[in-house]
Amino acid sequence: MGMHIAFWVLSLLAVAAAVGVIWQKNLFRAVLFLVLCFFAIAGIFVTLSADFLAAAQLIINVGAVAILMIMSIMLTREITSGSPSNILGLPALAVTGILAAAIIMVSSSTSWLLSPSSPVESTTGALATILFNNEGFIFLIQLAALLVLVTIIGAIVLLKEEK
Amino acid sequence: MPGLEHYLILSALLFCIGLTGAIIKRNAVVILMCIEIMLAGVNVAMVAFSRFITPLQLGGQLFTIFIIIVAAAEVAIGLAIILALYRKRQTVDTEKTDFLKW
Repeated sequence: MGMHIAFWVLSLLAVAAAVGVIWQKNLFRAVLFLVLCFFAIAGIFVTLSADFLAAAQLIINVGAVAILMIMSIMLTREITSGSPSNILGLPALAVTGILAAAIIMVSSSTSWLLSPSSPVESTTGALATILFNNEGFIFLIQLAALLVLVTIIGAIVLLKEEK
Repeated sequence: MPGLEHYLILSALLFCIGLTGAIIKRNAVVILMCIEIMLAGVNVAMVAFSRFITPLQLGGQLFTIFIIIVAAAEVAIGLAIILALYRKRQTVDTEKTDFLKW
């Protein structure tokens, strides 16, 4: 019962905040709605017993990505002109509505092979075991580190002052 | 406990809301924000599959970790491109920066 209440409250919050990001004309308030959406999704992760991912979501998305967005909105000074839409409004809404209806219909009519076992209680240790053992994802972790390094260098090169 | 279908419907709604915003918005920063919402919707689907179908193997949660890493890198590069564009053109409106359009 408590799970149901948490799920419905968090998912309504997430969807409403996502709509708010599009609806809101003020860019700064749109970013705050995005932060609210990320918070609600971290809560959804908790209801799915993915505690490490909820913490990672809070630290990376709420902590870092939202701050980057706020900083870039302040640096580009487009708050006065707001967040206008282009002429594609109604066709885009129709297409994405059909897409959402199709996904919902397919996913609710499929009979999934659900597993009866209960989930791992504390996922941090289990995730570390899978990530860092030899036949697991250790190569991908190193690749991710390389990707982050390339990103940092790329951002610096893109924003370097031209002489 | 809500079922797998509930989480998949939530994920589809988030993905489609983000897609709508990414198509109809003209401010480049808002487009990046909508792409973040789409990725968050995908993450919800991944973790839901991991929880309900393979609860002991955690494969979906690993993919979610990599999606979060790539999304953070994408936002950093995207915002750097937007700031470089603003420095050059004094605007981040995608209707006014269509010089790559044929």
